[in-house]
Amino acid sequence: MGLKALDYETLNENVKKVQYAVRGELYLRASELQKEGKKIIFTNVGNPHALGQKPLTFPRQVVALCQAPFLLDDPNVGLLFPADAIARAKHYLSLTSGGLGAYSDSRGIPGVRKEVAEFIERRDGYPSDPELIFLTDGASKGVMQILNCIIRGEGDGILVPVPQYPLYSATISLLGGSLVPYYLEETANWGLDVNNLRESVAQARFKGITVRAMVIINPGNPTGQCLSEANLREIINFCYQENLVLLGDEVYQQNIYQDERPFISARKVLMDMGPPISKEVQLVSFHTVSKGYWGECGQRGGYFEMTNLPPQTVDEIYKIASIALSPNVPAQIFMGLMVNPLKPGDISYEQFVRESQGILESLRRRARIMTDGFNSCKNVVCNFTEGAMYSFPQIRLPPKAMEAAKQAGKVPDVFYCLKLLEATGISTVPGSGFGQKEGVFHLRTTILPAEEDMPAIMSSFKKFNDEFMDQYEDNWNHSRM
Amino acid sequence: MEWVTIVDPPPSTTFYAEYQNTGPGSTVDQRIKWADYRSSIPEADAGKFTVKDEQQGGWIRMYPLPGADMRRFVIGSARNLLHRSHQNSLFQRPLLSSSYRLLSSSPSADPSSSSSSTMAHPVALNNINPKVLECEYAVRGEIVTLAQKLQEEIKAKPESHPFEEILYCNIGNPQSLGQQPITFFREVLALCDHPAILDKSETQGLFSADSIERAWQILDQIPGRATGAYSHSQGVKGLRDAIAAGIEARDGFPADPNDIFLTDGASPAVHMMMQLLIRSEKDGILCPIPQYPLYSASIALHGGSLVPYYLDEATGWGLEVSELKKQLETARSKGITVRALVVINPGNPTGQLLAEENQKAIVEFCKQEGLVLLADEVYQENVYVPEKKFHSFKKVSRSMGYGEKDISLVSFQSVSKGYYGECGKRGGYMEVTGFGADVREQIYKVASVNLCSNISGQILASLVMSPPKVGDESYESYSAERDGILSSLARRAKTLEDAFNKLEGVKCNKAEGAMYLFPRIELPEKAIKAAEAAKKAPDAYYCQRLLTATGIVFVPGSGFGQVPGTWHFRCTILPQEEKIPSVVSRLTDFHKSFMDEFRGLV
Repeated sequence: MGLKALDYETLNENVKKVQYAVRGELYLRASELQKEGKKIIFTNVGNPHALGQKPLTFPRQVVALCQAPFLLDDPNVGLLFPADAIARAKHYLSLTSGGLGAYSDSRGIPGVRKEVAEFIERRDGYPSDPELIFLTDGASKGVMQILNCIIRGEGDGILVPVPQYPLYSATISLLGGSLVPYYLEETANWGLDVNNLRESVAQARFKGITVRAMVIINPGNPTGQCLSEANLREIINFCYQENLVLLGDEVYQQNIYQDERPFISARKVLMDMGPPISKEVQLVSFHTVSKGYWGECGQRGGYFEMTNLPPQTVDEIYKIASIALSPNVPAQIFMGLMVNPLKPGDISYEQFVRESQGILESLRRRARIMTDGFNSCKNVVCNFTEGAMYSFPQIRLPPKAMEAAKQAGKVPDVFYCLKLLEATGISTVPGSGFGQKEGVFHLRTTILPAEEDMPAIMSSFKKFNDEFMDQYEDNWNHSRM
Repeated sequence: MEWVTIVDPPPSTTFYAEYQNTGPGSTVDQRIKWADYRSSIPEADAGKFTVKDEQQGGWIRMYPLPGADMRRFVIGSARNLLHRSHQNSLFQRPLLSSSYRLLSSSPSADPSSSSSSTMAHPVALNNINPKVLECEYAVRGEIVTLAQKLQEEIKAKPESHPFEEILYCNIGNPQSLGQQPITFFREVLALCDHPAILDKSETQGLFSADSIERAWQILDQIPGRATGAYSHSQGVKGLRDAIAAGIEARDGFPADPNDIFLTDGASPAVHMMMQLLIRSEKDGILCPIPQYPLYSASIALHGGSLVPYYLDEATGWGLEVSELKKQLETARSKGITVRALVVINPGNPTGQLLAEENQKAIVEFCKQEGLVLLADEVYQENVYVPEKKFHSFKKVSRSMGYGEKDISLVSFQSVSKGYYGECGKRGGYMEVTGFGADVREQIYKVASVNLCSNISGQILASLVMSPPKVGDESYESYSAERDGILSSLARRAKTLEDAFNKLEGVKCNKAEGAMYLFPRIELPEKAIKAAEAAKKAPDAYYCQRLLTATGIVFVPGSGFGQVPGTWHFRCTILPQEEKIPSVVSRLTDFHKSFMDEFRGLV
């Protein structure tokens, strides 16, 4: 063969730059070990059903009926499906034009978008316009579409929290933009300091970067904190002063494990602030069916809602959505079911509440077990998981361990996580995949392993960690003697 | 005078200006020579800004007052600079010897040109990604928006238009026009969505036995039987095994499940390949004209160059390798690196099916020229002529003896087309062969950023590549449903083709495959003038007149590209068979009156 059509050298450089640690080196090694027959506890991805969480029954009944609408005509359908599931399936089929097998409007089924708007209105106390809600194949696709519209080149910067969910860094790399980091303050429970933000923006501007947008993840991923209302106000004020569009990743809004700081949406705070801010600050909020007590990751369902975007811009975003034709229709039904759940009195209501509360309460207990477990370990400190699905402990590595990592050609936290994986089968993601302050190391685990397995997992972690620390501290101490 | 390297020269999004400087160094004759530097700005412009931050080094950052535009300024004063410049850690050396200087991040190089009446939004038409503005997607463009508007008007007031319903012939979306899904596929999907009923005895009364069995098989291939979990980013391994087996059965050559990437429909797979291939506007992709606008849109979005090659309408939309060579040379002479060739087979919007000999010549061409062959084969099951057969490019290249080392080939397949037409499921895959392991890793990485494609679509993709077989309980009903749909599509294609060819000035090639007809229409001079007056392309004008008169939605040929000076429209063959006569008669009447209206000299 003469010329190679596409080799590594001639790949788009932006593609090569992308890093995506959630499925990176640790995950690949874990998959290898699993193939070798070792038992692996995957805590690298927020993927609850993969770890045994059962789907909620009612939505699965409804979607199954929508998949097989001929069942609705069968006199025996009532033997397998409750009447409210049958009614709901008919309702959603009537909102589609051609059932689950037809492309929908590129923005999503109008009737489902209306249900989303009603949900937002109930949640925030302010009306929402279905025309400004676009359904997507998971929230990630929505984030990509919006960033694609914003980023023109490397001169455009996006403020992203560090630590962050690597979707943002990866997408910004792919689109050839510049990530402008702002650091969350670990000692203040991963709080967000506006002075810090100003500093980040000033530095970026001196580099000639036009800062265009700011990402917040609330509740935080991987950091698990819930933003306070006061903090959200400061952020919105900042966006107003700096003329930034605010991208609110709110996919964990159902996952709250404490009562002091309930979830409050950026949109509600924005509206509460009144004009001119409520009329000026542009906001795009993201949500998904993959998280919450639903955890329906495999469906790839999500939406974004736009506030204060001018109509011509919305049209352009619509055009980009239309090139992908439409989001998948079954997931749109899941979204409708999520935002418009059963009500007291419905036949399936009690079962639905039992299932969903069972999941949330267990997650709350698991968040506690995990935080306490980490904090009982040598050289490990961990903030409480107020929300989301992750624990993000700091691992204070002794100098000898850093030295050993260097010799192994690994970043120190990668080195630690690989050792942890080999010793215990626990597959985590090193903090370096999310970004962290220099010289400080973390790992991320989900809080999703089954509750009954949790004590054993934490004790095997502790055993590994404390031995690891002893080994490297002892050596270090010996060498100094 | 030199600036620090990171801002020298500044990006075109930045401009610098001075305002009323005095003192030593305030003369401007030795200033930097940047295009976006202005030695003074009028009071009116400067008045829109105020100091909000404390000074930083010798610099004061300035912000717009409410009502000013979105620019951001940094301003430094001569006095401060003279005694504080050494403290300024952000710059490697003192800047100019004096003066206010303004740093802006406005997208406009000229500060006076942008409107100052309202505060510009951070995301607005004037500052969104220009590549987004550039791309066009006619299948859902202006005509469709108008159709939706008319539909709402009819719903509100049934008598408001001279027709009772909109007949959508614009998009290959069969189930929206009444095509029924294949029962077996849907049984399996329903069971996989709600596995809790699989072992109930009542289920056997409602579902076929082989659908239950298949659902078990599929669930057993999914780790934890969890259809609600993210899968491997390439798709569930067991489903890829089934697809690879299906490809092997189709082609007679082996397929490797590790070469398969399941995606949410074929479109994201096309985007992914464009993303990998296109580095700048210097990279070109050879695309057929007429083409399915996914390609032009995707190339525009990724900032590449579309290198057109024309299909020959006179030979039934033939694809000539001599034309490919000619266009390749032309592009190369313009400094464009052509990286890939897109072939749509069967053709969209043109409906032709490539002959095997033709495909061999195309494969040889790609091999010789070092091009990636992007084979859009989503209509592989939609073939309406008994004398021709679909051959995949994989099969053709392997039958020529070309393997992994000889040709880089990507084949796209979708659950949206074929006899199944399951558009709403967003299922599809690409089979990627002939790339190095390092490139494959990069494809996997890009796929992993989006986590995975939807599981229901993945299951369906495996089902369409491994449908029921002779002897299975559902085989007879399955094959009856399949053959019923395909033969009806063939009849509809023929009826519409004949009807088009009877219209004055219209000539239509046969739809050998796919779901479309793409007739050529000779428009009278007067009609072209009328279109000009309405500021529309002539074919768009015709389609708009047709829609408002009859409710029929066609897509103008200009949305797909055509030989300059020729006009076409695309019509799907998907309206239900009983509606075809009504399409034909409405179209025939309209066409006659349209031609009568514009007959004669200009």
